[in-house]
Amino acid sequence: MQGMNIMIVGVGGQGTLLASRVIGGAALAAGYDVKVSEVHGMSQRGGSVVTYVRFGQKVNSPLVDIGDADLILSFEALEAVRFLKYLKPQGTLIVNEQQIDPMPVIAGAEKYPEGIIDSLKKSDINAITLDAAEIATQCGDIRAVNIVLIGVMAGLGLGGIDREIWRDSVAKCVPQKALELNLKAFDMGFERGSCK
Amino acid sequence: MKRLMLGNEAVAHGFRDGGGTVASAYPGTPSTEITENIAKFDDVYSEWAPNEKVATEVAIGASVAGARSICAMKHVGLNVAADPLFTVSYTGVNGGMIIAVADDPGMHSSQNEQDSRYYARSAHVPMLEPADSQECYDFTREALKLSERFDTPFLLRLTTRIAHSQSLVETSPREDYKLKEYKKDFRKYVMMPGMAKVRHQVVEKRDNDLREFAEETELNRIEWGSREVGIICSGIAYQYAKEAYPKASFLKLGLVYPLPEKKIADFASQVKTLIVVEELEPYFEDHIKKLGIKVIGKERLTLQGELSTNMVRNSFADICADIVEEDYRQDFKQPAAFGNIPQRPPVMCPGCPHRAAFFVFKKLGLTVCGDIGCYTLGALPPSEAMDTCVCMGASIGMAHGMEKARGKDFAKKTIAVLGDSTFIHSGITGLIDIVYNKGVSTVVILDNSITGMTGHQHNPTTGFTIKNEPTKQVDLEKLCEAIGVSRVRICDPFDLKEFEKVLREETAVEEPSVVISQRPCALLKNVHYGAPYAIDTEKCKKCSSCMRLGCPAIVKKDDGIMINNALCCGCGLCTKMCAFGAIVR
Repeated sequence: MQGMNIMIVGVGGQGTLLASRVIGGAALAAGYDVKVSEVHGMSQRGGSVVTYVRFGQKVNSPLVDIGDADLILSFEALEAVRFLKYLKPQGTLIVNEQQIDPMPVIAGAEKYPEGIIDSLKKSDINAITLDAAEIATQCGDIRAVNIVLIGVMAGLGLGGIDREIWRDSVAKCVPQKALELNLKAFDMGFERGSCK
Repeated sequence: MKRLMLGNEAVAHGFRDGGGTVASAYPGTPSTEITENIAKFDDVYSEWAPNEKVATEVAIGASVAGARSICAMKHVGLNVAADPLFTVSYTGVNGGMIIAVADDPGMHSSQNEQDSRYYARSAHVPMLEPADSQECYDFTREALKLSERFDTPFLLRLTTRIAHSQSLVETSPREDYKLKEYKKDFRKYVMMPGMAKVRHQVVEKRDNDLREFAEETELNRIEWGSREVGIICSGIAYQYAKEAYPKASFLKLGLVYPLPEKKIADFASQVKTLIVVEELEPYFEDHIKKLGIKVIGKERLTLQGELSTNMVRNSFADICADIVEEDYRQDFKQPAAFGNIPQRPPVMCPGCPHRAAFFVFKKLGLTVCGDIGCYTLGALPPSEAMDTCVCMGASIGMAHGMEKARGKDFAKKTIAVLGDSTFIHSGITGLIDIVYNKGVSTVVILDNSITGMTGHQHNPTTGFTIKNEPTKQVDLEKLCEAIGVSRVRICDPFDLKEFEKVLREETAVEEPSVVISQRPCALLKNVHYGAPYAIDTEKCKKCSSCMRLGCPAIVKKDDGIMINNALCCGCGLCTKMCAFGAIVR
């Protein structure tokens, strides 16, 4: 059994917590030992947030160390760069191209770095970038960005978990009334990942 | 069947399955979900108390009456509950009782990173520390039983990474617990000198009994590996150390007070080098050194923040060189650097009522004694309008202290600012102090109809219980009047002009005054502001007035100002900043 160290990074309020629960649930259903580390409290208020999912035969620490992530799912471009040092050299980075200005940029004290997505594409990092917000909107709700990204991950075959297990886990974690659009979001992400 | 559970959720299940029936708490990250999950059980009574002291007293009362009980709080909450803690140690319990306390190393959402283990030692109350969600479940059940066996409440210590990590839990059937008989026993439960002196002897004997128990209990577990290195640890530190050095020998402590001195000495004698891995203070290390045992610990590990697997690995690499996994990479290639990138600190949400209040505080140049809550973000740019923040309720006492130090004129430029829940928690007594001692301070209660920062819990001012049942609502206006404040004003902070006028008037008068700033948290389900706003670029003069609010939805681009319609909640506060009518729907 292979295991995985996953980091989900983004901006507080983007749905990173739900994403970590979907991944944790799928890994559990696939028979792995799992730990999911969440963030609550002050940093949820629009700050930089990171949650960790680790699965494998036996997991001790719930955290992923610098240089130890097999996969980083980033909900926002700048956050992808912030946590890049956690990625293993052969790891995969999946990035939603959306940009959300942090307060120092809004206040004019700093600049949002230009060309993040292009630089990532040109670098030797194994990076997949997509406008997940656009795909989620097509599915009916921009908030499904998290499920689109999980679809991409599943489509890439990361973690060796079956598609149906993923879909079951999505179904267990999202509200019933949003089930259909989330499954659609997952499938669209999956197609994107599997044709990579 | 195994389920993924947060550590806090596992404590809740362990409490119910262990026969617990009464739970009381004040919310505080990272402890809140213990009680939120207990509230989902129909067969367990649960409540939000006004503060941690009351919550603890409720749990004591329930225990004395024969039920198994729990109170839950964050580390700083235990300071508030310290008064009952030290004396319930003397009275002991009837039904099993747990005081769950969640420390926050790294201060993810706290004002300090105190180590609660010292409370156990100093109050002579035994403490358990689980290392994952399964242990959260098991230890909670165990603590309820041990509490009755040793006639003492048990502290259950979590840290953020235990409380807020999900891992697998297998539950077992609920214990059929019958209320124990309630017997009046004033020698046990009335603590005045004559009785307390006797009970202090009982506490000392109990400590000795627990020390013996510590030697034999499986809560303190030895995992033999290589005898080259022995590691003593507990809680999350065990997980980091185990992952860093799986081949080492471990003494994993589940009962962290009192400590098994013989077991420690025995373990130490059988390993070549002894290491202690613990977060925050050298609590184990000092004790072990006192026993005359050579041990390596904090000279290589920080007292600050959290540990990690890598930190543990790097700190003892030379000692553990012979037992490390061969495939571990010491160096890794850092991915391409992007230079310095902007930080992303937490901010007040779009639509937050506090944003309007702090805009006015800044405009008036007030000295703001602040408090604990979402509004503490008012200290950060762009408002930077908070001068102090120490602990729950401190704003009021500190504003009064400032007045007494610098006089009434200084007080006319000073306010105390705190939320509705924080005012109930420990602001009321501060206000009484102002009135009683002829102070003139102005207190602003930011009433957003909820306890916000911890994730929307009800409190005595919201009119609903933890189970969303309607209940009596504390009337803040009448409460302040009853205390003796004759000037109580209620004002909507989104009415910027009126709010400013009220503040000017109330800070100017030489008597105590309270301004209740009333507008609900924008994240509440019943708050609907409507469609997002946009900038009419033809009318916009790019004066940046709207930017002064520091709303994350209003962004300055090279070609002008725009409103991010994915973030804007339509609150309309910015329209009041624009003199040109350029912000429209």
